[in-house]
Amino acid sequence: DLPALPVPGDTSVLAGLYGPAEAKLSKELPDRAALEVLLRPKVGLPGVLERSREQLLRQTCEAVVLGVLHPRTAITLVLQVLSDAGSLLSCCLNAACMGLLDAGLPLSSLFCGVTCALDPDGTIILDPTTRQEQEARAVLSFAIDSSERKVLMATTKGSCSMEEMQQCLAAAQRAADTIFQFYRDSMRRKYSKS
Amino acid sequence: LSICFRTVEPLEYYRRFLKENCRPDGRELGEFRTTTYFFSSGSITTADGSALVKLGNTTVICGVKAELAAPAADSANKGYIVPNVELPSLCSERFRSGPPGEEAQAASQFIADVIENSQMLVKEDLCIANGKLAWVLYCDIICLDYDGNLLDASVFALLAALKNVQLPSVTINEETGLSEVNLKQKTPLIIRKHPVATSFAIFDDTLLIVDPTAEEEDLATGTVTIVTDEEGRLCSVHKPGGSPLTGAKLQDCITRAITRHKEVKKLIDKVIKSITPK
Repeated sequence: DLPALPVPGDTSVLAGLYGPAEAKLSKELPDRAALEVLLRPKVGLPGVLERSREQLLRQTCEAVVLGVLHPRTAITLVLQVLSDAGSLLSCCLNAACMGLLDAGLPLSSLFCGVTCALDPDGTIILDPTTRQEQEARAVLSFAIDSSERKVLMATTKGSCSMEEMQQCLAAAQRAADTIFQFYRDSMRRKYSKS
Repeated sequence: LSICFRTVEPLEYYRRFLKENCRPDGRELGEFRTTTYFFSSGSITTADGSALVKLGNTTVICGVKAELAAPAADSANKGYIVPNVELPSLCSERFRSGPPGEEAQAASQFIADVIENSQMLVKEDLCIANGKLAWVLYCDIICLDYDGNLLDASVFALLAALKNVQLPSVTINEETGLSEVNLKQKTPLIIRKHPVATSFAIFDDTLLIVDPTAEEEDLATGTVTIVTDEEGRLCSVHKPGGSPLTGAKLQDCITRAITRHKEVKKLIDKVIKSITPK
């Protein structure tokens, strides 16, 4: 039952991770842990957009969590959006990963979320604000893994060309280094106190 | 004997085929299933536009109904497009009846995103009178038989149904302020772009196969869906988690998606030509 709270800019998401705990008979899987993600928006009830984001987050986490070590259990990840000033999906991804780290779940690799916005004149902006996202021609979000900087999750909004997507991906992979360094520093700080 | 093996060790069964670069149903890794679709203005007679698409066994029907509504306060010159994907329990044993599950909701969101990203329909075109009256297009996509690759079939069905829609002309009576719908005078919708989706399944972290069946989707370790339009621009790259991919592999998927777009476009054009009254 551990919260984690990364804050890029003014977007903040609180992640709470519960598990591996006993799963309901209807939800348990015989050979691996059943992962569930609940995303609660700041205002209002969760809708179709939250469901689709939950699916993205769940499948990304499933790819890294070594579920086979905990069969017939349930791992629940609850994300509460505290404030949204842009790049919400990558904030959720980072919160999820830090939550998994904090809980000490066995992972095959770490992952981080990076959002890129493509300006109408073609410049790439990393971690855009809400205003930049609205004015951009395209907004691309990637989840990059820590072992080989491969793409775990990709989702785009707006249209762009193939080359632009590759450029954004390369920029996201470079930015991932900074985020993994942040994870490392936070973990170091947490364990050096005790 | 092979049926026993397939049930007991499905992954090993598949691996044997994949090693030979083919799949149990005889397709190659990069081959699509036979795509057929039926336009007929009589697919659903009560709808303003409809289409039935079959991608192998996966059957998806899309019905578009147009209704009138007042535009939203902050976008007075825009109409609405409301897609909804339904996965009823009749299409597969994996779906239970009741409120829409996660897969249906995620698919609905995906379709809404594709319409928005590709700009296939511009909401301003749906406006009749600024601030007073606009069209609302309810696009209902229902899966009748689920055998994998729902997203490709849904996008295709939506595109075909929208191309089939005939909107009656509407005038606002100056004196009464009421709208008058003239059902005899119909104009087709203006479709600006034709997005086509191509889905891939990732096997064992390395192998990519195109157009997965339901069995292949269950065994896959990840999926990628790429939506392209006729100019080769990416309208959507949808990779919801699953095994990691390198940038180069993603590039291969995109190239294959662009080829697929050309195949599908030819198919659409052929059918439109055959139903247009001469």
